[in-house]
Amino acid sequence: MTKQEMNGLGLPERPARFESVDEVLGNLASAGYLADATIASSVFLADRLAKPVLVEGPAGTGKTQLAKSVAEVTGARLIRLQCYEGLDESKAIYEWNYRKQLLRIQAGGNLAEAGSPGWSALEEDIFAEDFLLTRPLLEAIRSTEPVVLLIDEVDRVELETEALLLEVLSEYQISIPELGTLKAKQIPMVFLTSNNTRELSEALKRRCLYLHVGYPDLERERAIVSARVPGIGDALAGQVAQIVRSLRKLDLRKAPSVSETIDWARTLLVLGVNSIDEATVKETLHILLKYQTDIDRAAKELLTADL
Amino acid sequence: MIEQLSGFIAELRSAGIPISLTEHLDAARAITEIPMDRRAWFKAALSATLVKDGEHQGAFDAAFEVYFAAPNAGDDEAEEAQGEDGKTASSDEANQSQIDAEGKGSGKGSGRGNGGGGGSTMSAEELAEMLYRAVAKDERDSDATIAREGVSRYAGMEPGRAVGGTYYLYRTLRNLDLEGVIARLREEHQVAQSPSPLAAKLFSDELAFRGERIRKAIEREIRERLVKDRGAEALAKSVRKPLPEDIDVMHAGREELATLQRALYPLSRKLAARLQRKRRRGHKGPLDLRRTVRSSLSSGGVPIDPVFKHPRPAKPEMIVIADISGSVASFARFTLLLVYALSSQFSKVRSFVFIDNVDEVTEMFERASDPSEAIHRINTEADVVHLDGHSDYGRSLREFVAEWGDEITTRSTVLILGDARNNYHDTHLDSLAFIASKARKVFWLNPEPRQYWGSGDSVIKQYEPYCDAVVECRSIRQLEAFVGELA
Repeated sequence: MTKQEMNGLGLPERPARFESVDEVLGNLASAGYLADATIASSVFLADRLAKPVLVEGPAGTGKTQLAKSVAEVTGARLIRLQCYEGLDESKAIYEWNYRKQLLRIQAGGNLAEAGSPGWSALEEDIFAEDFLLTRPLLEAIRSTEPVVLLIDEVDRVELETEALLLEVLSEYQISIPELGTLKAKQIPMVFLTSNNTRELSEALKRRCLYLHVGYPDLERERAIVSARVPGIGDALAGQVAQIVRSLRKLDLRKAPSVSETIDWARTLLVLGVNSIDEATVKETLHILLKYQTDIDRAAKELLTADL
Repeated sequence: MIEQLSGFIAELRSAGIPISLTEHLDAARAITEIPMDRRAWFKAALSATLVKDGEHQGAFDAAFEVYFAAPNAGDDEAEEAQGEDGKTASSDEANQSQIDAEGKGSGKGSGRGNGGGGGSTMSAEELAEMLYRAVAKDERDSDATIAREGVSRYAGMEPGRAVGGTYYLYRTLRNLDLEGVIARLREEHQVAQSPSPLAAKLFSDELAFRGERIRKAIEREIRERLVKDRGAEALAKSVRKPLPEDIDVMHAGREELATLQRALYPLSRKLAARLQRKRRRGHKGPLDLRRTVRSSLSSGGVPIDPVFKHPRPAKPEMIVIADISGSVASFARFTLLLVYALSSQFSKVRSFVFIDNVDEVTEMFERASDPSEAIHRINTEADVVHLDGHSDYGRSLREFVAEWGDEITTRSTVLILGDARNNYHDTHLDSLAFIASKARKVFWLNPEPRQYWGSGDSVIKQYEPYCDAVVECRSIRQLEAFVGELA
């Protein structure tokens, strides 16, 4: 099967962004993002299969950062569409620049009434690409340089609005009634993130690769802390990761996320802590946990002897 | 390969994971791009293309381990480590091949010959020593060997028996005494170092973690031998895990209940978001004349923008009456948790529990810091037993009407939870009729399969005419559908 048949979309040829999964891992690591095999494989496949990646998982585990880091290592521009309730076509895809159209009509002078050749020429003119205001999705498609498109928190839009994304995600094209279909000049890498506050539609999920980013295991968390908090010793990073792992095993309302772990490690560094003891944990626990009930429970479980 | 993939996908579908044709094709394309021998990548490729819901991952994992059993155990970890930082790869591989060589030796002796009974190359003491070292010193390389030896020696596997492997796992673990080793190490640590509480807790968690790793290695070893013995398809059927939303609440085991508990929170969040949206959007109501005229003033009295009223559907008031006797306790618990998680969607929630006496527990939910604590308090403190602790629906309903009957209003929705197994007591239909006449709606959620309704001491058929609906509600999926309709 040739590449052309593979992508099957009649889209332009492009060189692969990554040679192997190992290359993805290596490149992301050099950009300061420590992926695991699952994340790296999904990114690799997203490139090879020309499919968007739907990234789900708890808040603060680096979903958005993944897209940023991929953009960085592929040397692509990051285009970001932040989703919110009430997002519509004119904010996500394109809008006609009606002010400019109006100016054009006025500049055309006092034309004859509709139906005359002058008028239809003008009408064709004002519905040209020059009068189009591109929004993130259209911009990602029309860009000639490589881009990474990040559609952030896609679960915030209404179910109906999701449909707007489908054409872009599966065909990499956008149909504008007045202009026809605009095809992608290059295939962007697309990442959608979701905090899973609602079920996404089957249609959307079917078009995407699915990646669940959970909390990292002990070794990876330690590596992440070491990488993101320069100057922290190995021993301290190890201790941080260990305590956070123990915290996540408790039944808490909100388990500490990776970004909170990093914040905590930074705080410890600033405080000049070399080794974590009970008092330090007690004083700084509120950085990791955001509910008073959680803090109480964690203090009870971790800091009092139960043997 | 393509055939193996089809079999795998058929298995996933029977486990309840929806997989479309497109996704099947994607998976087939994906595995041509990924080298097969890197197992972690291969698994990631299949999971990314086939599983589109985090909740389904457990079912996927179970099936994957059976259909694509690793050629040698411990591969996963080695690869994982390799993945993390490419550099350690070479040394890891050296270790791995050493283990492989060892593994082949013993494999010939035991594994193949008789489906894994007897004939291991290590003595029991050597094995115990190795296990102790593996846990104490975190020697991961020996996990696979321990698993292989342990299973050969202790599991007593018999070819052809149609079991899922839990029994073998139990036997192996009991004889290896993994728990004992961990407890011993914990004690030694306590005595030798007299650590601070924090250090002790961390050490104990670390030990538990290492123990879990060894348990997984043993599980994998057993699964491999079972696959060899009975073939992937037969085994997949016996280890199949139901999706969290399909677990039968009444018959769930301890582990399944924990899964349900975890599934419940995201579910209630999703449901709340959906209800909120439904309420906010709604459709337009009738023309709002006053505001239309007011807005027409800005266009010289011409009503250009008609303004419509937004209908504000009243939030229902919920009265939940739950049977918490042994047979349906877990069901009542989940429903109460769900209703409280959604309490912002109702103007007021009041809850009552009963066995053969009824008691109000609303304030336990309101005062408790988290719902599980409330449930615990209900089980210990609520005054629900009158005589013998067998469900008595009739008496409970009568008491309810006598004590709280006046507080039911036309805005109340009454939700009765229970299997209506009345132990042949009087049904007191008039009490339910009274509730039905005063309340806006009365719903009955029954966790029993519909075909059992009305059999034996079940009186649901007699209660049914007084309810607006009696709903079979055995899984989270059904519960979600019902509550979604309700609010």
